Amino acid sequence: MFLQQLINGIMLGSTYSLVAIGYTLIFGVLNLLHFAHGEVFMLGAFFALQLSLGLKWGLAASMLGALIGTALVGFLIERVAIRPIKREYFIAPLVATIGVTIILQEVATKLFGSAPVGFPQTVGIENFQLGPIGINTLQIVILSISLTLMILMHLFVSKTKMGRAMRATAENATTARLLGVKVNGIIIQTFMIASALAGVAGVLVGMAYNTISPYMGAHMAGKGFAIMLLGGLGNIRGAMLGGIILGVAETFCVGYLASSYRDAFAYGVMVLILILKPSGLFGSLIHED
Amino acid sequence: MTVISPFLNTILIFGGINAILAFSLYLPLSCGQLSLAQGGFMAIGAYSSAVLTKNFGVPFGLALLGGGSVACVFGYLVGFPALRIKGIYLLLMTLGFNEIIRVFFLNFSYTGGVGGFGGIKPMTNLYNLYPVLFLLLVFYYRFHNSHLGRAMRAINQDQDAAEARGLPLTRLKTFAFGGGAFIAGLAGGYYAHFVQFIESENFGFMTSLDAMVYVLLGGSQIFWGPLLGAYLVTTLPEIFRVFQKFRYEIFGASLVLMMILRPRGLLDEEVCSVAWWKELILRRRAQ
Repeated sequence: MFLQQLINGIMLGSTYSLVAIGYTLIFGVLNLLHFAHGEVFMLGAFFALQLSLGLKWGLAASMLGALIGTALVGFLIERVAIRPIKREYFIAPLVATIGVTIILQEVATKLFGSAPVGFPQTVGIENFQLGPIGINTLQIVILSISLTLMILMHLFVSKTKMGRAMRATAENATTARLLGVKVNGIIIQTFMIASALAGVAGVLVGMAYNTISPYMGAHMAGKGFAIMLLGGLGNIRGAMLGGIILGVAETFCVGYLASSYRDAFAYGVMVLILILKPSGLFGSLIHED
Repeated sequence: MTVISPFLNTILIFGGINAILAFSLYLPLSCGQLSLAQGGFMAIGAYSSAVLTKNFGVPFGLALLGGGSVACVFGYLVGFPALRIKGIYLLLMTLGFNEIIRVFFLNFSYTGGVGGFGGIKPMTNLYNLYPVLFLLLVFYYRFHNSHLGRAMRAINQDQDAAEARGLPLTRLKTFAFGGGAFIAGLAGGYYAHFVQFIESENFGFMTSLDAMVYVLLGGSQIFWGPLLGAYLVTTLPEIFRVFQKFRYEIFGASLVLMMILRPRGLLDEEVCSVAWWKELILRRRAQ
């Protein structure tokens, strides 16, 4: 039972991590709470649904389609609602992302309807028994995709030149610009990567729960914020671990306490972290404010 | 009684409630504390006042005050941890509190839990809502240039300098939070006694975001801002009814556009001053 819950928790948490990485990346380079990120996550799930139902694409192809689609959405959001806004007042871009949230949610309800819809079964499910733990193909697929993406993300940020430019921008945009980093390019690239990760997370959550709805983004947004704080603002590794910690904690809460308090868990963690250790468990890049 | 149509009546009442909600955020914001917990305080006010009128038969006015007071207590409680943090951190912490309050009411069986709380008497009307809104307006008008208002603005501009000048930071900031929560509780009471059925979903963090949008769209530097913002946001989707299908998209787009053109909101002290308009008119004449 315990190990089983742990596995389920890690699976759930790894999808949280993918969303939270996006939040923390965007927060890192722009100092911005991107409210519409949850909607990008939702769009990813719907893109994959349309591709696999309408065009009969396979799992890999429709996931790739969702990835590209959400990256484009991220590009558009940055161009239309983030770049034209002056950075002098930190709330202004935040309000603009609320505007984007409203637009995306409305468009999604118009295109896909407001009722939850079933997500097609794309993987043939086979159950394996490893001693006391039961695990199926679906869980293995979800876990391996999200872990692979996280490792790739980690390598990208820590080893490549673009990743280094991204970290430099997050640390100090002005200095990075002086040193020849094309900050605007980095920002747009960050948005696209973050959105693509959220899109994939949307597909994975759709696969795991079999249903998706246009309103699934808002809840994920709140959880993403909590994880970002738990791991430390701007800390990518923190977001990965934080997501898994929250996923495991929620699963245990459902398993051993009450399922209806599950959502309070994330927010309780958020408030506690802010009161006790605002820099998060793994340290924050951003020092003040 | 029936001078205005029921439709206009509804719009006016929602506009008034939203304006009160916007005013509830304006108080903490005037000393630089942007709170996303106003929806939660509204929930506390709504549920407590509804319980008072329905289960205990308390008169509406007293129930409103009761709901506001309960919200106020929680506002003070949130105000203390909020002293230590600011900016994005404060935003996230208050958002967390909001959701905790929501989940609490979702599970609290005394007020209906998931099923919601219904059968509340319809008490809210224009004649008991608008006098309170007017009182709030008078309060903020007097507040703006009062000792307290100046102290709040000083804290907003430079907290350390204000403290060095001997302003009691703890007292002022927790007062702002508690007072804001009281006003949000009033808004909740009016809301509950208008729609007659409340559930925890009505007061999620989207409600708090709405309150934030009212204030920031209208302008957060002067008290006319929240008022204008609340009425604009309440009526805009109705005005865009001409474009029926796309009214919310248009609303979202106008929000983005506003932030590009006037990031600090429609109104500021300059626009609201007589001197600014005089100069504008003089310049026009000179041309």
